[in-house]
Amino acid sequence: MASGVKPRVKVPKSAAAGDIITIKTLISHKMESGQRKDDDGNIIPRSIINRFTAEFNGQNVIDVVLEPAISTNPFFEFEAVVPEAGEFKFTWYDDDGDVYETAKQIALS
Amino acid sequence: MQLDPKPIGLLAAICVVGGAAWAEPDEDQLTINDELAIVTEAAAPAHMEYVNTIYSGWRFRSDETQAVQMDDFDNPGMLGVENALVNWDTAEGSAGQSCSGCHGAAEEMAGVRAVYPKWNEEKGMVTTLEMEVNNCRETRMGAEKWKYTGGDMTDMVALISSVSRGMPVSVAIDGPAQETWEKGKELYYTRTGQLELSCANCHEDSYGQMIRADHLSQGQINGFPTYRLKNTKLNSVHARFKGCVRDTRAETFSPGSPEFIALELYVASRGNGLSVEGPSVRN
Repeated sequence: MASGVKPRVKVPKSAAAGDIITIKTLISHKMESGQRKDDDGNIIPRSIINRFTAEFNGQNVIDVVLEPAISTNPFFEFEAVVPEAGEFKFTWYDDDGDVYETAKQIALS
Repeated sequence: MQLDPKPIGLLAAICVVGGAAWAEPDEDQLTINDELAIVTEAAAPAHMEYVNTIYSGWRFRSDETQAVQMDDFDNPGMLGVENALVNWDTAEGSAGQSCSGCHGAAEEMAGVRAVYPKWNEEKGMVTTLEMEVNNCRETRMGAEKWKYTGGDMTDMVALISSVSRGMPVSVAIDGPAQETWEKGKELYYTRTGQLELSCANCHEDSYGQMIRADHLSQGQINGFPTYRLKNTKLNSVHARFKGCVRDTRAETFSPGSPEFIALELYVASRGNGLSVEGPSVRN
């Protein structure tokens, strides 16, 4: 597992049915592009998060393909409609095969 | 061919307007997490002869960069603060002590950032936060010193700064610290390098203007440690000084050197009255 990877998400604790809420996510990751060289001139292998998804109660909300040009610590902010109480599930896919997951409950107010 | 003077006049007018838009800090107000108001503009302290109003570097940045600092979740500098919180509670060294063992919660350090660098009676010199952190590590914890501008050190200073955010910078420049302060002032106005630039040439005479693609700030250090978008990490004051002096094409002083300690005290005193902002976000 790449070192120092920690996912963080910010989701409101509650919302009214049909509300549009703003979700923010940030994952600490070095996002090595694979185009840099080390001091000896060898290419530093690419190591990035290549895909990010968010689901609400099993239904896909957003599915993002990340490319090497994306900076370190990728941050996403997006909106989602909340039709019912449930759980947001966030998943990041690392080049090395690791999958980082985190989930947040949201209640109806 | 006779040139029609009108279009040229118009072109000149457009250029002037375009330049004027960048000539001053903007009017934006900084509130962090919608609750913590930050003072980014204040009357200059009495000792400053050539500047009437002091501005935080935040006011010179683009709206997009400014926005990143307005919410702790968005601010990547807080990743460093989180890392430091783990170190804060981790016992290290021969004494088996952690920071929290003596100091309690990190919030207990509120107000500390605002008054450093500060005269240390025991050592008989002005010390910086970094020196105090290493002093604690060596004498109280029996642990290895951290590198002055290393990641763990800068993260720890960011943590100590973060709990003082919103408090006014208030470093003492009189009494025993005065000699060091005067040395720092001398350095501030001394031209260095092949380009023969002093700190004042850019940050006092020319702030608000563009230096190539960059909007020159007053070089205030109330927002340090600073998360810079250009190197995606927290940067300490002395690392920034080093970069600036290097840009004048000079041999630089070393981080932690007596020269940079004096300069830090002097530059900090130029920000007396602004809020502590660290970890801030800059380009």
